[in-house]
Amino acid sequence: MSAGVQQAAVTRERGLRLLREMLRIRCFEDACVRLYGELKIRGFLHLCNGEEAVAVGTMQALEPTDAVVSTYREHGHALARGLSMNALMAEMFGRESGSSHGRGGSMHIFDAGKLFYGGNAIVGGGLPLSLGVALAQKLQGRKSVTACLFGDGAVAEGEFHESLNLAALWRLPVLFLCENNLYAMGTAIERAESQLDLPAKVRPYGVEAQAVDGMDVFAVEDASRAAVARMRGGAGPALLELRTYRFRGHSMFDAQLYRDKAEVEAWQKKGPLITLTARLKAEGLLSEDDFQRLEREARNEVAAAVEFAEQAPWEPVGQLERFVYAERPHA
Amino acid sequence: MPELLASGAARAARSAAPQALAAPAHMSYREAAREGLRAALQADARVFLMGEDVGRYGGCYAVTKGLLQEFGPERIRDTPLSESAFVGAGIGAAVAGLRPIVEIMTVNFSLLALDQILNNAATLCHMSGGQVNVPVVIRMATGAGRQLAAQHSHSLEGWYAHIPGLRVVTPATIDDARFMLAAALACPDPVLLFEHIFLYNMEGELSPSLAAVDIDHAAVRRSGRDLVLITYGGSLHKCLAAAEQLAAQGIEAEVLDLRTLRPLDDAAIMAAVRRTHRAVIVDEGWRSGSIAAEVSTRIMEQAFYDLDAPVARVCTVEVPVPYPKHLEDAALPSPERIVQAAQQLMSSGGPP
Ligand SMILES: Cc1ncc(C[n+]2csc(CCOP(=O)(O)OP(=O)(O)O)c2C)c(N)n1
Ligand SMILES: [Mg+2]
Repeated sequence: MSAGVQQAAVTRERGLRLLREMLRIRCFEDACVRLYGELKIRGFLHLCNGEEAVAVGTMQALEPTDAVVSTYREHGHALARGLSMNALMAEMFGRESGSSHGRGGSMHIFDAGKLFYGGNAIVGGGLPLSLGVALAQKLQGRKSVTACLFGDGAVAEGEFHESLNLAALWRLPVLFLCENNLYAMGTAIERAESQLDLPAKVRPYGVEAQAVDGMDVFAVEDASRAAVARMRGGAGPALLELRTYRFRGHSMFDAQLYRDKAEVEAWQKKGPLITLTARLKAEGLLSEDDFQRLEREARNEVAAAVEFAEQAPWEPVGQLERFVYAERPHA
Repeated sequence: MPELLASGAARAARSAAPQALAAPAHMSYREAAREGLRAALQADARVFLMGEDVGRYGGCYAVTKGLLQEFGPERIRDTPLSESAFVGAGIGAAVAGLRPIVEIMTVNFSLLALDQILNNAATLCHMSGGQVNVPVVIRMATGAGRQLAAQHSHSLEGWYAHIPGLRVVTPATIDDARFMLAAALACPDPVLLFEHIFLYNMEGELSPSLAAVDIDHAAVRRSGRDLVLITYGGSLHKCLAAAEQLAAQGIEAEVLDLRTLRPLDDAAIMAAVRRTHRAVIVDEGWRSGSIAAEVSTRIMEQAFYDLDAPVARVCTVEVPVPYPKHLEDAALPSPERIVQAAQQLMSSGGPP
């Protein structure tokens, strides 16, 4: 991908829309922390605080007919994709009204109607899947693309390399979105990758690649839109390395002994919400009142989702063996 | 190869027996496993450990905490997320004279290394006509019960036990957590060692003056004349709890811990059946094609006429493990399900 990505204008409407989406995600994640403490949410919980601009910026570039494949750190992706917050929160609780009927929990959010194909908790596991989704789109003559999100850790897996090669070989419309938050659990990327320049690493496969400031939602949106436009025009797969940082631990069981507090604090100052808010205010596009209102709306929406989840029914134990095989006949 | 590893090889080959700890020690299963690793690293300079987050992070279940500081990064090697590559590397290093311990975070991710385990580790000896041995130990956490849902709750140790060329061991006690590793390292063949995630926090006494265990024999963990509960790994403790409940109802259950799933200790299994005449097999694997199915078939083949009732099984219900607690609990073997199976067995069949 050539350097100069077309920059869309930063308007009040656009700024507020993106900020609103990012605030929804931040409030949702913060509520999950509290609910984990209250034992309402269990199992593994991976939060995306700090990575909201990646979720919101990338999802802006997609149409409802495009598909998404994600990881276990997918709450933000799912919300930005437009999944119901109520269904998401009910899924966190394991209730029957959850987006995966409660069966999946935090790591396995699905919504077939929204072409949101999970929620994969095996590192690298979503990449081959995304090829097939894109292959189907291509063979069915659609102009759709598949966005495949994964972490920096996945880049070390064989499935990553097999997938990039095959996507390029078959010119599949996959937008590979590497959410580089610098760590895979406790392993800093310098200790996992022989080549830290990820675009340089993947270009030899024939995949267009570019690094993007993943803390700048405008940059993420612009780069995503440009890549998607090229793919709709018939170009092969592309990869964006979205440079970001996770503010919280890997999961709820992480003492974070592998990184300095100072490093975390330095990144928090560059956080996607702080910088977006500051920029919009500086450009006179956002008032403190606007901000307060957006934050209040996000909090209210999350509170309503928690209330929904609390009231949602548990699935009867008698249904334990459901969903092992298809319940509908073949179309 | 680091000098350290090269020079120690010959000396270490003769000093395999681990040292018993000084005081009768109270410890967790996690600490026992760590002591086993420390002892192995101390005893043989060819031994090294590698895996994801085993060093700086201290292991995803904190088993390897402190080992990096003690043994350094050559021998406690953090790997990238490349299961196939580093498991294969462990196999290659074993072929070439080292004694690698490879940690795969959990059995769920061992599937990315399955090709290396099955098509290399398990076959090199045979394909080479016995020229090549693969003395690698591959450790991994296994099991369900923490609401980790369908991709993080597998119990595939029985599946691995299907494969000739591998040995499969499942330490379920503090003693076995401490000493099975040394026995596995002393074995010239690839050994897969499964630690159930529920055991790490279990505490107990290390048997005083114990210096080694074997990986060839099953062990009777409780005696009882009425029936035998045959199990292994995390399910051992469910069986012991069930046996307590049964005792309160006047049913005396023997509990047999298989310890090693391949090769199975047929003699111990048949002896238990001949003592009790009724058997319930408890296995966290799914029921179809499970290690429980294998044990049951062997009983049918070798001790059919000693049975007073058909062999019963308590396995995981055949559904990917669901996230909500009430459904996960219903899917997994539990003391309640074991008690129920034992009661049914006692009231069925038998001499008139
Ligand atoms: C194949 C596989 N190996 C190991 C794990 C355990 N694990 C879960 S998340 C994770 C770190 C992944 O890091 P990264 O891809 O950078 O994503 P992030 O968590 O930073 O979003 C690890 C090692 C796993 N789920 N799958
Ligand atoms: Mg990462």
